[in-house]
Amino acid sequence: MNDLLKQLTEAIGVSGAEKEVRLLIRDLIADYVDEWSVDAMGNLVAIRRGTGQYDMRVLIDAHMDEVGLLITDIDSGGMLKFTNVGGFDDRALLGKVVQVGPDKITGVIGARAIHLLKSSEYSKVVKMDAMRIDIGAKSKEAASAKVKVGDYAAFVTEYEELDSDRTAIGKAFDNRAGCAALIELLRGERYPFDLVAAFTVQEEVGLRGARIAAFNARADAALVLECTPAYDLPNEKDVSPNVAMGKGVSVYIMDSRTIQDPRFVAHIMATGDAQGIPYQVRQPGGGGTNTGMIQRAGAGIPAATLAVPGRYAHTPTMMISLDDYHNIVRLADATLRTLTPDILRRA
Amino acid sequence: METFDLLKQLTEAPGPTGKEEGAAAVIEPLWRPLVDEIVADRVGSLVGIKRGAGPMERPRPSILLAAHLDELGLMVSRIVEHGGYGFLRVTGLGGVDRRHLFGQTAVVHGVKPLTGVLGGLPYSYLPEQERDKAFSYETLVLDVGLPVEQVRELVSIGDFISFRQPLRKLGNGRVAGKALDNRSSVAAVTICLEYLQGRRHMWDVIAVATSQEETTYLGAYTSAYAQRPDAAVVIDVTHAKGPGSSESELAELGGGPVLGIGANVHPGLFKALRDAAEALEMKVGIEPHAAGSGTDAYAIQVAREGIPTGLIGIPLRYMHTMVETIDMADVERVGRLLAEMIARLDDHFMDGIREDMMRPHKPVGNGAEQNATKDGNA
Repeated sequence: MNDLLKQLTEAIGVSGAEKEVRLLIRDLIADYVDEWSVDAMGNLVAIRRGTGQYDMRVLIDAHMDEVGLLITDIDSGGMLKFTNVGGFDDRALLGKVVQVGPDKITGVIGARAIHLLKSSEYSKVVKMDAMRIDIGAKSKEAASAKVKVGDYAAFVTEYEELDSDRTAIGKAFDNRAGCAALIELLRGERYPFDLVAAFTVQEEVGLRGARIAAFNARADAALVLECTPAYDLPNEKDVSPNVAMGKGVSVYIMDSRTIQDPRFVAHIMATGDAQGIPYQVRQPGGGGTNTGMIQRAGAGIPAATLAVPGRYAHTPTMMISLDDYHNIVRLADATLRTLTPDILRRA
Repeated sequence: METFDLLKQLTEAPGPTGKEEGAAAVIEPLWRPLVDEIVADRVGSLVGIKRGAGPMERPRPSILLAAHLDELGLMVSRIVEHGGYGFLRVTGLGGVDRRHLFGQTAVVHGVKPLTGVLGGLPYSYLPEQERDKAFSYETLVLDVGLPVEQVRELVSIGDFISFRQPLRKLGNGRVAGKALDNRSSVAAVTICLEYLQGRRHMWDVIAVATSQEETTYLGAYTSAYAQRPDAAVVIDVTHAKGPGSSESELAELGGGPVLGIGANVHPGLFKALRDAAEALEMKVGIEPHAAGSGTDAYAIQVAREGIPTGLIGIPLRYMHTMVETIDMADVERVGRLLAEMIARLDDHFMDGIREDMMRPHKPVGNGAEQNATKDGNA
């Protein structure tokens, strides 16, 4: 059982309310970093000094927030109205258990029973504004004693490793997988340069935290660790998969927000080839990561992105390959150990 | 046992319609100390018989309590290879609400149990005609995360799939989980049997956890035939008011047992249950069924020569989902009500309800407002 992934995915940290996961990560890294601090938005930023070989600062970003729900009203029957925090498919919400607010009040999202539907409604999508969270309260007053408008709600999904031992399911692998990998890097041998580890907030609501973390870091290069949605599922109209689970670390070249630094990308792939670490090039196209913000911070930062492919992103239950996870740690580590200022110097 | 612990054990056991042995294995040790005899029947039901105190010289009358033990599930319909992985296509067992499936986990009962995720592609990757609909069995996959060769070794078409959901406490003694339809009724029958340990009852009590209610009422038809009871009470769940369901005819969660009435229910059994509730000063709701009740009562009523059958409902929100919600007090009340009704059964009960059928202008209870005008035939 990977305890790091278990602890990190089971912790709560919906965008804008990342305190629980921030405190957890602080505890997990405190003994391994030279200093840590929390900035104006709640990013947890830690410094691990290098050996002094190169005068260089490399920012490693992993966002720690997750998608979730925000309570917007409590109706007269004690039911909670909510809206989404981060991108959501309405279809992922029915029949799920959530934990609401700092006291983690258990609630469920139900719907009118199938017996009471017209047959034309069987496959109709229930819209989020028609759904309610039921915490068992009988009145608005009773519900208000436990939950406040503005409380956040997260899914309840326990981390599990499946039969193969090579596959794990849980919530929020996007991006606790990246956080776990970054923690492992901080716990390893020192690098030839200073590492600035940023566990950033609010990625899911517009890459907000990374913007100020990148500005404050004043880094010479940046590497973003992510969990990227893998759409490698059977489909009527077969689409070539953007990335596939279990087929190696996903290396970004281009997404809707960035063209990654070509030198950095080339160095990553050369490192993977040289050390036999499986990687796959993510099909260039849509999607976006904190790299989009980091790249344009200050005078600009050469940046690249590595990701663990994760199926069923932005749903209560994601799936990753633990091989991909181990390989992202290996590839990030090997890439950094061989990274020199020359590699990133523009002609 | 605390009602929560009882419900937790019962609901978390796997028992998809047609493959109920996982649930039966949990019920059997719960019932064994409470009954004189326990048998598994040949089509998946579990029968526990508690003998009454009536005289031995003639056959004692018996009452059958039916609570189905099966739950909704899925079944493997195809194994699809994609990118080296084996994905399972599935179909529903019973009235599955497909709108709730995406993002759930489930267990395939193949060569060995395998856990998987019910997933699907995001909006933009789905065929256009599927985009604005709930996921269908054509677009959902059950993903066990294994290469196709291994999947083919471990899983076969037709394997049963059960949902997973730990029972969880909400506020006010309410709990949410899977299979509360109808393990909450199995719990109520268990509680009834516990009450009867300390109460004299003349009739034999035949507790049956019936199989395959969700598809064909199979276990109800066969156990009513095999056990040949004089009367029966079916315990099942009924819709409670909740989001999207505020109709006045629906029951209140926590509002107490709901007594069925109508063509599917014998008026004498209805009255016996209502009288028992009055004796306990227990509030009950009444649910009229114009035709079938959609429960085991539909099968038991017409078994053999016909069996006078009553129906009790436990109010439940979000039926046929993985977050079915009940109030534990309702389960306890149903258990108590059943025990009270059974303890009041005597040698004259069957004759009494038969005579009532022929008594002119004396309708047996027709609603709460008539509770005051008792006809004196308890």
